[in-house]
Amino acid sequence: MKINDAIIGAVLALLGAVVLFHVQSFPTIPGQQYGPGLFPGTIALGFLVCGVLLVVSGVRSRAGQPWVAGEAWIRSVPHVRAFLAIVAGLAAYIVLADVVGFLIIAPILLVLWFVALGVRLKTALIASIITTLVIWFAFYRLLRVPLPWGVLTKFAF
Amino acid sequence: MVFNLETMLVVAGSALFGLFVGAVPGLTATMATALLVPVTFFMPPIPAIAAIVTATAMAIFSGDIPGALLRMPGTPASAAYTDEAYAMTRKGMAETALGAGLVFSAIGGLFGTLVLIVSAPALAEFALRFSSFEYFWLVLLGLTCAIVITAERPLKGFVSLLIGLFVASVGLGNPAGFPRFTFGNTELMGGIGLIPMMIGMFAISEVIRYAVDTTTAAKVFDQPIHNVFRGMWALMVRYWRQLLRGSVLGTLVGALPGAGADIAAWMAYAISKKNSREPEKFGTGHVEGIIESGAANNSAIAGAWIPALVFGIPGDSITAIVIGVLYMKNMNPGPTLFTQNPQNIYAVYVLFILANLIMIPFGWWCIKASKQILRVPRNVLMPIILLFCIVGAFAINNTVFDIAAMLVAGVVAYVLEENGYPVAPAILGVVLGTMLEENFVTSMIKAEGNLLGFFDRPVAATLGVLTLGAWFLPPLIRRMRRVALGS
Repeated sequence: MKINDAIIGAVLALLGAVVLFHVQSFPTIPGQQYGPGLFPGTIALGFLVCGVLLVVSGVRSRAGQPWVAGEAWIRSVPHVRAFLAIVAGLAAYIVLADVVGFLIIAPILLVLWFVALGVRLKTALIASIITTLVIWFAFYRLLRVPLPWGVLTKFAF
Repeated sequence: MVFNLETMLVVAGSALFGLFVGAVPGLTATMATALLVPVTFFMPPIPAIAAIVTATAMAIFSGDIPGALLRMPGTPASAAYTDEAYAMTRKGMAETALGAGLVFSAIGGLFGTLVLIVSAPALAEFALRFSSFEYFWLVLLGLTCAIVITAERPLKGFVSLLIGLFVASVGLGNPAGFPRFTFGNTELMGGIGLIPMMIGMFAISEVIRYAVDTTTAAKVFDQPIHNVFRGMWALMVRYWRQLLRGSVLGTLVGALPGAGADIAAWMAYAISKKNSREPEKFGTGHVEGIIESGAANNSAIAGAWIPALVFGIPGDSITAIVIGVLYMKNMNPGPTLFTQNPQNIYAVYVLFILANLIMIPFGWWCIKASKQILRVPRNVLMPIILLFCIVGAFAINNTVFDIAAMLVAGVVAYVLEENGYPVAPAILGVVLGTMLEENFVTSMIKAEGNLLGFFDRPVAATLGVLTLGAWFLPPLIRRMRRVALGS
C-alpha cells in the first residue's frame, strides 16, 4: 500500500500535537527543567515538524497520483484474503486464546492460514494438527510456557 | 565453556536452522534471530549466544544459494550480487558461484571475528573512562549514523527514528520513574517489550509481505553440482585484494550503527566494480564482485558485535535483538562486560570462530541439499512461522499483551517499509531511547543545567562535534554546491 507522504505526515503531526498537549500534564521536578515530559515532548515536537514537512513534500509531489495507491495485490482477491486472514487470525488469537484454549484455537487458525495461502485442505488439516502438537509439546512440555487451556482446563495435564 | 555437549548440540541445531532459514527466500537472518530468541530465553547465556551467532552466520551465507539457483536472494544481504550469481549459473558455473559464496563468506566472517577480538577489548578499556557525557554523544552519533546510512531520504529515516524513540519512552523506565503514556494500563508500565516487537517487525511483517506478493515462483535451475571447492584456491590467489577489501569494508559497515550485512554487500559490490580491471564483465556472470561482497556481508555480522558488546549500541538489526538477549541473561553490554566477565567474551570469540569454520562442511551439505530445501512449499511454512511467533512472543512474559504488541509492530513495520521508511533507525531508537534520555538527564544534573558541559571533556567534545557535523554538514555542503553552480 503506497500512502502519500501527506497523509502519513498529517497523522504524525496530529500525534505530535496530542502528545505535546498530553505531556503538559506530566509533573515537573522543582528547580529542574528536565522532568519526565522533556524527552517525549522533544519527540512530539519532532513529529510535528517532520509531519508538516512530509505534508508539504507530499502535496508538492502528488501530481495527480491517488492519495492511497494499492499495488497489484489490492486488486487480487486471493492476496487480500490472505492478508486479512493473517491479521484477523492474529487478532482472534489475542482475543480468544484465553477463553478457548491453545489446543483448540491453534489448529483452527492454522487451517485458516494454510487454506488462505493456497494449501490443499487435506494437507492443511494434517499439517495443522502436527504443527499444533509439536509446538505445544516443545513450549508447554519442554519449556514450560503456560499456554492457555481455555475450555479444556478441566482436562489439563 | 563452549566445548560441552549442550553447547555443541545447540551450535549444530542452530546451524541447520540458520542454513534453512537463509536458503528460503523471504525468510531473513534477522527473522532467524527473532524466532530463536524465545527458545534461547530458556537457555544459559553461552548456548543462547551460540545459537544466535551460528544461525546468523549460516543464514547470511545460505542466502546466496537461492540467489544463484532461483535469482531470488535468500536474505537481503545477498541481494547485491544475486543477478551476478544467477548469470554465472546460466553460463553453467553454478558450482563456482556457490563455492565462492561459501569459501569467501567463511573467510570474511573469520576476518570480522579477528577485528572483533583485537579491537573490542581495546575499545572497552578506552570506554571504561566514559561518563554520561560521552555516552550521550555516542548514542546520538549512533542514531545519526543509522539515519545517514540507511535512508534514501533523511527525513523518512528521522521519522522512523522518532517513532522508535517514542515507543521507548512508554512506561516507567525513565529517570523520574513516572508512568508515561500508560493510561493506567499495568501492562504498559513496564514499557513495550523489545522481543515481541522485534518478532513482529522481522517475522510478522515478512509473512505479510509473502502473503501479498504477486510475483510467481521461479523455477529452480537444475544443474549438477559436484565439487564446489574446485578452483577456489586459484580464485583466492587471484582476488586476494578484493577479498581483503571486502572484509575490511564489511567489518566497518557492520560496526556502524544501523547498517548491516545488506548495505555492506551493496557497497562492496559497487566498490569492486569501480576498482576492477575488467568492470565490463560485471553483471555477466563474473565472480570478482561475488567474492568481495560475499566476504563483506559475513564480516559485517561480526563487525556489528563490536559496538554492541562495548557500548551497548547495536551495529545492525541482529545485534539490536542480541542486546535484548544479553540484558535478559544479565550480561549487560558495556565496557564492564570485558573486565567483570571476560570469560563470557572469550566464549563469544570462540563461538564466532567455530561458526565460521563449521560453515564450510555444513554449507557444503546445504548446497548439496539445496534442491530439496528450495522445494519446501512456502505456503506451508508461513502459517507455521505465524503460530511460532505467537507462542514465542507469549513465552517471554506469558502475557497476551505481548502478542498484540507483536501484531501492531508487524503491521506498522510492513506499512512503513512499503512507503520507503527504513526500519533500522526505529529499532535503534527503541533500543537506545532509554540510554539516550538517562545519559542526558544525568549529564544535565552534573553540569547543573549548563549545556556547555557537554563539551567540557575532550572526548565528549570530539564526539559532540562529530555528531553535530554529521547533522549539519551534508545539507550545508549540498547548499554550497548549489550556490557554487550558480543556479
